[in-house]
Amino acid sequence: MTNLVYLVPLFPLIGFLINGLGWRVLPRTIGGVIGSTSILASFAVSLAIFFETIQGVNTTVVLFDFIQSGNLYIPLAFRVDSLSALFLLIITGIGFLIHVYSTSYMHDDEGMVRYFAYLNLFVFSMLLLVLGDNYLVMFIGWEGVGLCSYLLIGFWFKNKAYTQAAKKAFVMNRIGDLGFLTGMLLILYHFGTLTYTDFFAQIESGTHPVSNSIYNWIALCLFIGAMGKSAQIPLYTWLPDAMAGPTPVSALIHAATMVTAGIYMIARSSILYNMAPDTLQFIGWIGCATALLAATIALKQYDIKKVLAYSTVSQLGFMFMALGMGAYTTAVFHVMTHAFFKALLFLGSGSVIHAMGGEQDIRKMGGLGKHMPITRTTFLIGCIAIAGIPGFSGFFSKDEILAATFVQNPAIYVLGLIAAMMTAFYMFRLYTLTFTGAFRGTEEQRKHLHESPAAITIPLIVLAVLSIVGGYVGLPPVLSEHHVLTSYLEQVVTNNLHHHLAHNTEWILLGVSSLVAIVFSIAGYRANKNPDFRPNTGLAKVLENKWYVDELYDKVIVQPVLGGSKLMETYVEKRGIDGIVNGVGKLVRRGSEKIRFLQNGQVGFYLFAMVIGIILLFSISFFWIK
Amino acid sequence: MPIQYYIFLSITLFCIGIMGTLMRRNAIIIFMCIEMMLNAVNLLLVAFSKLFEDASSQIFVFFIMVVAAAEVAVGLAIIVMMYRKVHSVDINILNRLKH
Repeated sequence: MTNLVYLVPLFPLIGFLINGLGWRVLPRTIGGVIGSTSILASFAVSLAIFFETIQGVNTTVVLFDFIQSGNLYIPLAFRVDSLSALFLLIITGIGFLIHVYSTSYMHDDEGMVRYFAYLNLFVFSMLLLVLGDNYLVMFIGWEGVGLCSYLLIGFWFKNKAYTQAAKKAFVMNRIGDLGFLTGMLLILYHFGTLTYTDFFAQIESGTHPVSNSIYNWIALCLFIGAMGKSAQIPLYTWLPDAMAGPTPVSALIHAATMVTAGIYMIARSSILYNMAPDTLQFIGWIGCATALLAATIALKQYDIKKVLAYSTVSQLGFMFMALGMGAYTTAVFHVMTHAFFKALLFLGSGSVIHAMGGEQDIRKMGGLGKHMPITRTTFLIGCIAIAGIPGFSGFFSKDEILAATFVQNPAIYVLGLIAAMMTAFYMFRLYTLTFTGAFRGTEEQRKHLHESPAAITIPLIVLAVLSIVGGYVGLPPVLSEHHVLTSYLEQVVTNNLHHHLAHNTEWILLGVSSLVAIVFSIAGYRANKNPDFRPNTGLAKVLENKWYVDELYDKVIVQPVLGGSKLMETYVEKRGIDGIVNGVGKLVRRGSEKIRFLQNGQVGFYLFAMVIGIILLFSISFFWIK
Repeated sequence: MPIQYYIFLSITLFCIGIMGTLMRRNAIIIFMCIEMMLNAVNLLLVAFSKLFEDASSQIFVFFIMVVAAAEVAVGLAIIVMMYRKVHSVDINILNRLKH
């Protein structure tokens, strides 16, 4: 079955082609069915491949030679091993659930077939990204998901603000892509190959001794790509604005898959990053800063999707923190659990928005739990998981991250713990304001409240179950000798931690995390049980306005670039190039006006001209021709 | 006699001829000036023939005279035909070339 791995991206590609070419003629439900079944087929193949990798299968499947020029050989090849199989399952599994959800969520949207075409294209690109055997195929997928992100964020293209958000996402992604490309070129220059196996073999065997700084530069450039794709400081501001897209899109792209591409890339390149300790430290600090910053902003947001968006940025910060400590499998573990509960939370919020008829402001919600029990319960499970309350999946992965930071860099541990406190607080604030208390919306909206149909609630239930049990593949050493996920991923990537924790310390850390999670969750509930929404002042106002980062970027980067382009337009374009082109025309016209007078019909003038001509000819022949 | 005298005279005659061609209005006077230019050149050729003791330039002078005669014949014939149309030999009036 591993030989048939090309089927996994092929099914979504076919789905994209059918939906994309037939969007004018296909009825909406057929579009939904085609989109969903293609992902289901991919999921089936991924499952088969997954079982094979459990037994240790670990191969490359070459499709064809893509680039072959002199010494440069880059095939279009797929790498099948435990890391890519895990991501395949996450992408196709959660992707399928979201497709099913979308058939109900988008069922009265005119562009539904186009929507499913874009979703399938996105899944196709993401699958290319994780299946690639070399950095170039990964980059093709990398760019593809950026494109689909643009298409899907700006799905309701008639709204100008949405299209601007899509443009912002794409441009910021692009800035990161420049770093990725530079990194790829550096690898090619120093090592002559982009294929993972060759590259890593060269690093380990030391056949191409390269100075440490080169490793750091390559790692840094690749990380800049990850910064853009996975929304770290400073390239994170596109993600909250990306909430302009339909909610299932936010769930798929900005919670479960695209934003995890950066982490996948670094985990895949763990051997490279082990040789670049300075960059790893940098990554750790950036992750920590991002986690903190986003958590503070989420404390004071009033749009349900924006809270979840900043929560995503913050959790991604946690993942990069883990990577920075060298804990690659831990980061992948958190990717998995985060995919479950964040997709759950986003889909739950979609259910809420659907019931509220499009309202997204939590100040207008409240007491929805009575009307939407399934949504309420699954959302609660998601909140418990993300807060890190013991027993649910988020607890295990987050605690593993914090344990890794405690070992490597206690300062980051403290900051990470603070971010975890804020996470619990704002998530329960969100839950409380949305589902408990009295309803604060209009009478019109109250009549419309109802539980969502099965196509929406069943994915919620499935994801809720996964959020609970998904953590048990990664039990900490004090609870179990056998860390299932680590041993599964062992062939491809392992943690590179410098020390190990004593058992006592481990128990203390577990206890601290649990305590923090429970205390701050309850605090979040109690602080928002009876809310009053006075206009914010002081620090709260700064948080509500996202630390004015967007305004800062606008002043420092956007306006100068626009000003520069206006300058170019006036001086280079209008005066320079237009001047030259129009000038040629003007020259010809004026010249001909003057020369016209030579032909006036007067014989005397013609004689004069003849004489002048003869004199000129003689003088030229005399003086110039040697 | 030093050769410069002949050269100066020849140049002077030639320049007078050119000025005349360009400045006079009467077509027949213009022809006379053209003849003057040709004669200036003839003079120069003969002078150089004596200077370099080479008789070939004198042969060339004969050719020039022949050509001058033929050209005058044709030119005067044209002027006579135009006089019959316009009844004037003023070249400012003879500007039919423009149309």
